[in-house]
Amino acid sequence: MPSYVNVEKCDGCKALDKTACQHICPNDLMVLDREKMKAYNRDVAMCWECYNCVKICPTQAVEIRGYADFVPMGAAVTPMRSTDSIMWTVKFRNGTLKRFKFPIRTTPEGGAVPDGGFSTAGDLNSPNLFTEPGSTGMSEVFTLKR
Amino acid sequence: MANFEKVVVETDLLILGGGMAACGAAVEAAYWAKQNGLKVTLVDKAAVDRSGAVAMGLSAINQYVGLKDGHNSIKDYVDYVRNDLMGITREDLVANIARHVDSSVHLFEKWGLPIWKDEQGGYVHEGRWQLMINGESYKVVVAEAAKNALLQSGVGEIFERIFIVGPLMDGDRCAGAVGFSVREDKFYIFKAKATVAAMGGAVHVFKPRSAGEGLGRAWYPPWNSGSSAYFTIAAGAEMTCQEVRFIPVRFKDAYGPVGAWFLLFKSRATNATGGNYMVERVGELEKWGPYGRVKPIPANLRNYLGMLDILEGKGPIYMRTEEAIQKIADTYKDDPKEYKKKMKELESEAWEDFLDMTISQAILWAASNVQPEERSSEIAAAEPYFIGSHSGASGAWVSGPEDLQTDDTRKDYFWGYANMCTVKGLFAAGDASGASSHKFSSGSHAEGRITAKAAIKFIVENNTLPKVDDNEIGLKMAEVLKPLDTYEKHKNETTDPEINPNYIKPRMFMFRLQKIMDEYAAGISAQFSTNESQLNRALELLAMLREDSDKLAAENHHELMRCWENIHRMWQAEAHVRTVLFRQETRWPGYYFRADKPKLDEEKWHVFANCKYDPKAAKWEVFSRPVRHVFPKA
Repeated sequence: MPSYVNVEKCDGCKALDKTACQHICPNDLMVLDREKMKAYNRDVAMCWECYNCVKICPTQAVEIRGYADFVPMGAAVTPMRSTDSIMWTVKFRNGTLKRFKFPIRTTPEGGAVPDGGFSTAGDLNSPNLFTEPGSTGMSEVFTLKR
Repeated sequence: MANFEKVVVETDLLILGGGMAACGAAVEAAYWAKQNGLKVTLVDKAAVDRSGAVAMGLSAINQYVGLKDGHNSIKDYVDYVRNDLMGITREDLVANIARHVDSSVHLFEKWGLPIWKDEQGGYVHEGRWQLMINGESYKVVVAEAAKNALLQSGVGEIFERIFIVGPLMDGDRCAGAVGFSVREDKFYIFKAKATVAAMGGAVHVFKPRSAGEGLGRAWYPPWNSGSSAYFTIAAGAEMTCQEVRFIPVRFKDAYGPVGAWFLLFKSRATNATGGNYMVERVGELEKWGPYGRVKPIPANLRNYLGMLDILEGKGPIYMRTEEAIQKIADTYKDDPKEYKKKMKELESEAWEDFLDMTISQAILWAASNVQPEERSSEIAAAEPYFIGSHSGASGAWVSGPEDLQTDDTRKDYFWGYANMCTVKGLFAAGDASGASSHKFSSGSHAEGRITAKAAIKFIVENNTLPKVDDNEIGLKMAEVLKPLDTYEKHKNETTDPEINPNYIKPRMFMFRLQKIMDEYAAGISAQFSTNESQLNRALELLAMLREDSDKLAAENHHELMRCWENIHRMWQAEAHVRTVLFRQETRWPGYYFRADKPKLDEEKWHVFANCKYDPKAAKWEVFSRPVRHVFPKA
């Protein structure tokens, strides 16, 4: 089914104009049933299992059940994503549990500065792109023209 | 006609797409647009934070040249790419990306992407060109810089959830694009002085291995639907390497990455009898000219050796994960504490590789009770995809940069602006541009930057808004919305709207395309093999499919997008079939095998096979272009 929504936990992101899962799904699959005020995946066979709906859900209502046509049942892989790291819980079919934690970014959310602190030398006709040559770590950009 | 509001957006630079190349284009364009008083508009069919092929994340950056540390030269990278693509590559384009890609990687790090470091503070390499990263938020970080650049500079605007259908033209110049909102009843007309196509490659042109729920689990994302190829073809741009599809060998079914296993952990792959095709079939490489003798062995030839095992009934092929991990851990076997620590570290690295970029593979491991340190896992060749990166090469034929041409290359490879198509004002980057393989995520970003700067230069030197005929816009709008009208007109004629003799829904249309391509154009069922008769049969069936595309029906905005995505795929398919038919040899046996022309023919076919569709005459033309060298051959 790939992503599915837990009926108890989903509140349809009621305070927002659209649900978080609807906002983020790269394949336009998550939709809100306005009568039930619950989100659902409208086309599970087009789901890539990218987990973006799972990671973004404010009530942790979205989960993934592996593709039914080749994945044996009973496993679950569950993320908990914070601002700087992600914790994964992997539950095996046989009950084994594993947990992994990885960093996800080194700067505060929203803090990506486009030029990265590098200055740009050159004009529209130079081979230097924005932030170059500084961002290349070299004194100049390679060219055949001398 | 469906009652949609017409929204006209006028801009200077139009960036179509939101993935790595588009984000590179945005960050670059913002700077030069600000300097020149221009406006930039980016249009994404999804949400930029998590759109494109890196939406899930990545566990490695696959192109880093390491110029500043003197690890490699630009020529080293060009040699690597040319050899991997069996001699057919645009050296000027590959060199252009290679000279800027390290800069993109250094920016990613500043923006907040965690790149693995060794004890000396250097990047940890997976292979010669590959860096290990903690890449869960790779796209989020890159998108953030792009959005900050566009919005904070005041030059840019971003439209999300707008599906771009096709180009607007002013004679032979691209004048922008048309599309529709997938959320509201709005038809968009973007008028622009220059347009960058960066809408990714194409998935689901061929039937995937999994045809049930797992249909969506393609190796490349299912939302990459050939929109770049369609856009450039429909604008009348010359296309290149449309025959050079990409077939990745990955962990079977969930398509987890194998790079870390082959390169970092030095794993072997073995068949049913324990044999290693890379050793046992090494003699086969002799048949593939100079490319069979290069190191690393070209990706398609590695594929081919494995495919020969499968054809001979020697499958399944297993990645020997347990053996590889054991071998690494064994170096610590005299120190039990260190050994335990190392095993733990390797286990975590192995799982992160999947959790960062192919979480389905982690589910499949857990659901099959596989622990990689204990058990091998199957690998298999996936269905064919169309991408301008990795070891694929399909895309638009674009101009190289002026300063990387030689007297020999200039007349064929340079026409004014880097990455401009053969259509004025239309540029292509990432999976949209061809013959510049192995750009991956980082190189696509760098290529987006190259492209945006050149497009801004084009605007400064051609600073007029192209004219678009209102009549033409009206016709386009009717054409784009037609599937909604078709559905409304006929939906009540049958008791189940899914089946109706007057229309075809997009899902079945896609299956019809996939079946044609799979069976006649060397898909999985055909064991990646085809011949002239098969290809001609494919063209007959594609012609009827194209006629029937007029009868596509959509119940809502989402289905309207699906209709157009599948029309885009269909055009990518036709460009492919025509080019495979044109090239009278087998050059990439691990991608497709022309059973009637089973050999490499260096004398006649060491050329690009290019094609072009003339929208006015409704005719395809397929022809060759010479392969020229910027760098003397190794």
